[in-house]
Amino acid sequence: MIDLLSQLAAWLTSSGQWAGPEGIAQRLLEHVQYSFLSTIVAALIALPIGLFIGHTGRGAFFAINISGFGRALPTVGVVTLVFLASGLSMTPVYVSLIALAIPVIVTNTYAGMIAIEADTKDAARGMGMTGLQSLWRVEIPLAAPLIMTGLRLAAVQVISTATIAAYVSFGGLGRYIFDGLAQRDLTQVLGGAVLVAGLAVTVDLILAGVNRVLFRHRLT
Amino acid sequence: MTIEWQWLSTHTDDLWALSLDHLSTAIPAVLLGLLIALPLAVVAHRIRPLRGVLLGLSNIMFTVPSLALFVILLPITGLTRTTAITGLTIYTLVVLLRNTVEGLDSVPAKVREASLAMGRGRVGTLLKVELPLALPVIMAGVRVASVMTISLVSVASYIGYGGIGQLFTDGFQRNFPTPVIAGVVLTLLLALAADALLVLVQWLCTPWIRKGARA
Repeated sequence: MIDLLSQLAAWLTSSGQWAGPEGIAQRLLEHVQYSFLSTIVAALIALPIGLFIGHTGRGAFFAINISGFGRALPTVGVVTLVFLASGLSMTPVYVSLIALAIPVIVTNTYAGMIAIEADTKDAARGMGMTGLQSLWRVEIPLAAPLIMTGLRLAAVQVISTATIAAYVSFGGLGRYIFDGLAQRDLTQVLGGAVLVAGLAVTVDLILAGVNRVLFRHRLT
Repeated sequence: MTIEWQWLSTHTDDLWALSLDHLSTAIPAVLLGLLIALPLAVVAHRIRPLRGVLLGLSNIMFTVPSLALFVILLPITGLTRTTAITGLTIYTLVVLLRNTVEGLDSVPAKVREASLAMGRGRVGTLLKVELPLALPVIMAGVRVASVMTISLVSVASYIGYGGIGQLFTDGFQRNFPTPVIAGVVLTLLLALAADALLVLVQWLCTPWIRKGARA
């Protein structure tokens, strides 16, 4: 165990490991790129859905249960299926990562929206705001912390799952896990795992920090 | 992409066997997770400084990619079902621990004090008052953990204990979508069944909530 840890330390700190087109820096960049794009696209799809359901109250059953469905959906199965349907491209990776992120964002957005007191919404209407004005100027700002939490959870899950890009022969940090597995090189697998976990935790902390700064004034 | 129904009808026995295999990895993982999470949660609930440490640790473990976790466990537990179960147990902790701590938090201090004042000891209060009252929140965690675990078992097919996940590898290697579709649908069905069963278990275990609702 100690032996493995010292090998891991050597692997992570050797400068040759970091540089070049197959170096850690490049893999890290690819991993961030896949995860960022997937989370953004998922947010563009999921936010309007969550806001619509939260604002109108229509489809609440869907908003509550889709997160369970998302959790139950086996990512390996989805990526394999889309791969068989679409062939060798990044499509399977993006489809499965987006599918993973959408439910989390929908459910949290909805949760943020229904936590708003009816009195507040009534007051907005009473002041003469239209539905859209109330949504934009009252409801979204109030729901923002929970919406951000949803984005954060989604981002972390996407980062730790983006290793599947390597499963369909693309890059990212998953490369080390799949290559290490094929070469029976445990140090490399462990190195990949530590990098992915490190990236996920870092992004989580950054987003938590952003959350705290943005919503500092309303900490109750 | 077409489904070959023929394949499905000739492989019902296999699908059944794989589902059972799937569950024999998933169920022990959740039970073991609960067994570990309950005492840890009590500790985290009582000793404030430990709460952040334990919850933070389980959060970090959750970000380790599942495949890598199984591979890392290989030198310790070998190519056995234990490896699959151990890895999955680690993932369940993030949900089970958080929900159990929150469940215990949700028990009003007055209720606890009343129980102590009536002469029930600390352990008795925990087992007979606090845990039962925390049950709805704990069970919500068990449901999430079960669904998540059932979906994650597939990843363990790399070490030979993936249950339904075998269908994904099979379909991938043969460029044959039918088993993959069957595997996805079967996983969703198992997760749904487990969730429904747990709702029933919770309903049976919390008669006081039903009476309260009727009154």
